Amino acid sequence: MILQLSFYLFSTVLVASAMMVVTVRNPVKAALFLVLAFFSAACIWMTLEAEFLSIVLILVYVGAVMVLFLFVVMMLDIDIARMREGFAKYLPVGIIVALGLIIELVVVLSGKAFQLASMPRPVGHDADYSNTKELGRLLYTDYVFPFEIAGLILLVAIIAAISLTLRRRNTKYQTPGNQVKVVKSDRLKIIKMKGQPGAES
Amino acid sequence: MIPLSYYLILGAILFAISVVGIFLNRKNLIVILMSIELLLLAANMNFVAFSHYLQDPAGQVFVFFILTVAAAEAAIGLAILIILFRNKLSINVEDLDELKG
Repeated sequence: MILQLSFYLFSTVLVASAMMVVTVRNPVKAALFLVLAFFSAACIWMTLEAEFLSIVLILVYVGAVMVLFLFVVMMLDIDIARMREGFAKYLPVGIIVALGLIIELVVVLSGKAFQLASMPRPVGHDADYSNTKELGRLLYTDYVFPFEIAGLILLVAIIAAISLTLRRRNTKYQTPGNQVKVVKSDRLKIIKMKGQPGAES
Repeated sequence: MIPLSYYLILGAILFAISVVGIFLNRKNLIVILMSIELLLLAANMNFVAFSHYLQDPAGQVFVFFILTVAAAEAAIGLAILIILFRNKLSINVEDLDELKG
């Protein structure tokens, strides 16, 4: 009973906040509604016994990616009014496409194959079952190569993001090679001078 | 009990909403990126639901990889957005027509 209630509650919040993400005027509000959507999705995943992933969704998505979005949205000075041109024009088309997609998928997905009779909801795991442990075991044995490729993708993303946004504009920076090659005669010039006549002590 | 189809339909609704989001906000690059995130979330919802009902944790491993790729995509997408804004002082898709495609 509590499971059904929580499912309906979280999915209502999820769908409502997803609607707000695409329709709200201000991109900052859209980002905040996206945070709410991720949060309720994480709650639904928790009821599906995907505990590790739901925590990762909150930590990585809400904590990192959405904060990145918020930073970027707030840094840029955007002309919202111009951005909204054509919103009303494409609304009917959008609604028709959405209804088409939803109706088609509902027709397919409410078929017999996905009902409780043919696919019953499994009983939950015991209290000593660890979802994280199981995922970790799979990641480091069967999926070790994909796991390493995922690490590589993240590395490429870091390098790409830094090299795209880095700019060397009028910056003064040291070149260590030249610093090392410097010899005394480049910098220091010793000049012979006559002493001042009256200044000797 | 909740059948699997409910979760799949929830994923379908999310997917449809985010497709419409790309339709409606076709001028605003930031909201397009957010819609793509939502789209990936809808796909992940299906993976997690199937993983639970089939009692196979492999589905969750896939969600893990999708999350990785989505994070990388968001980082690079936002970096491109920033350099676009730096060069053109706008992120309106209409202004990005230099290639005359």
